[in-house]
Formats: sequence, C-alpha cells, structure tokens
Amino acid sequence: MSEKLFSLLSGIIFGIGLVISGMTNPEKVLGFLSITYNWDASLIFVMGGAIIITAPAFFLLKNKTSSSLGLAIQLPQKKDLDKKLLFGSSLFGIGWGLVGLCPGPAVSSIALFEPFTIIFLMSMIIGILINKYI
Amino acid sequence: MYNFTPLSALIGGLIIGSSVVLFFYTTGRIAGISGIFAKVITTKTNRSSNYLFLLGLIVGPLIYFYTSNSPVNFKITDSLLLIIFGGFLVGLGTSMGGGCTSGHGICGISRISIRSIVATFIFIITGMLTVFILQQFGVYK
Repeated sequence: MSEKLFSLLSGIIFGIGLVISGMTNPEKVLGFLSITYNWDASLIFVMGGAIIITAPAFFLLKNKTSSSLGLAIQLPQKKDLDKKLLFGSSLFGIGWGLVGLCPGPAVSSIALFEPFTIIFLMSMIIGILINKYI
Repeated sequence: MYNFTPLSALIGGLIIGSSVVLFFYTTGRIAGISGIFAKVITTKTNRSSNYLFLLGLIVGPLIYFYTSNSPVNFKITDSLLLIIFGGFLVGLGTSMGGGCTSGHGICGISRISIRSIVATFIFIITGMLTVFILQQFGVYK
C-alpha cells in the first residue's frame, strides 16, 4: 500500500517540478536545443538543480540492498556502450528535437488537455511496442 | 540570452531531484519516466505503482495550476506529421536506448554511469542538430 502511495506522491512532486521548471512547454525545450539561435540555457539549470539533490543521495544510499519500505533496490546493471544505447539515444534525440517533448513532459501535459500531446503519446506507445516485438 | 529563466529552472530542478530521491528511497527504483511508461505498457511488474507515478505526473501540474496564479505557457508545433514522427522516435529511441532525460540525464549522470553520460551527450547533440536542420527549412524560427 505505502509503495503505491509513495509512487503517487513522487509522481506528483516530479510533475510540479516539471511545470515550475518550464520544461512542460515544448517551445522552451526547443529554445535549449536551438544552440545557434536565441539559445535558452534554462534546461541546464533544471538538470543541474536535480543532480545537486540526486548525486549526494545516490552516493549515500549506494550500499543499501533494500529500500525504506523493505523493497529490493533495483539499479541498472549494464555497463557496456552497446549499439542499442548509441542508436536508441540518437533516435530519441531526433524525436525530442522534432517536437520538444520528452516522456515526462509528454505525460504531464495531459493536464493541459492538449489533443496534440495525446497523439504524441499514442505515437510513443507504437514506438515502444515496435522496439519490444520487432 | 533568450527567454532565460535560471531561477525557476533551478527551483523546478531541485523539486524534480527531491522526487527522484523520495521514489528511490521508498521503492528502491529509478524514476526514469520512459522506463516507467514502457513498463506500464509492456509488463505487469509493479504495474499499479507505475500507473500511480504517471497519474501523479498529471495531478502535480493540475495542483500547481489551481493553487498558483502563474500563467501556463505551452506552445507546440501545429504539424501533425512532426507530432506523430517525433512521438514515434521518442518511444522507439528511449526504449531501445534504455532511458530518457530523467533516467539517463538525471538518475544516470548522478550515479556516474558512463552509459548514461554517453546517452545524454548523444541525445542532446542529435536534438540540437535536428532543431538546427528544421530551422534551415524554416520549420522553427
């Protein structure tokens, strides 16, 4: 039960952070990706602000084997720079640059009732299913 | 610098970071949105808590909109083709590459994962190149 409660709470806090940071606005994200013209560096401050909190926390918690709720710690184990990482990240970057939406802001913008973000999410689902089954 | 909002960006980032730490501390899992989103669709593992996290991502902004008087800025392309193609590539790319801006960009970098540092570098560079090319064709100003 509390796992579900804390998942919801974490999501709510993440969503509030996203909207305050301005990253739910595709125009702002495109401003960051527009390095050669009217560049808006705000996204660096969002990532920086998050990492200032998360880096020491992950360092302090790195030897834990279970969470405060007694659940197993699940961290990614892969270490190698395989083709899927390099190719997948390139495709993600292209999609990100085409619209200015990444998965978090795409989900959060459902709150704005914008029909285009629903179409974006449905297209994302097709991409995820193609990766899984093909 | 154009539209530069370092303070709200930093505050938003600190809040996002706190969420990542809370989620990891309580559930033991990484708050990578693309991973959580893909798991909801493709597996039954942690399905209800993943659904609730995504629901929170929608509820959070709603709480903010109804409790603050700040205007909501949202401007997206009006090209359906860009939306469909962009969404498809974001879904395919993040599931193939195992992460997005949150999973690789925030969680991975703060764990000093070489894979995530490389992935973040790649998607920022390809994103910038994509915007640059679109600008040459007058798609974005």
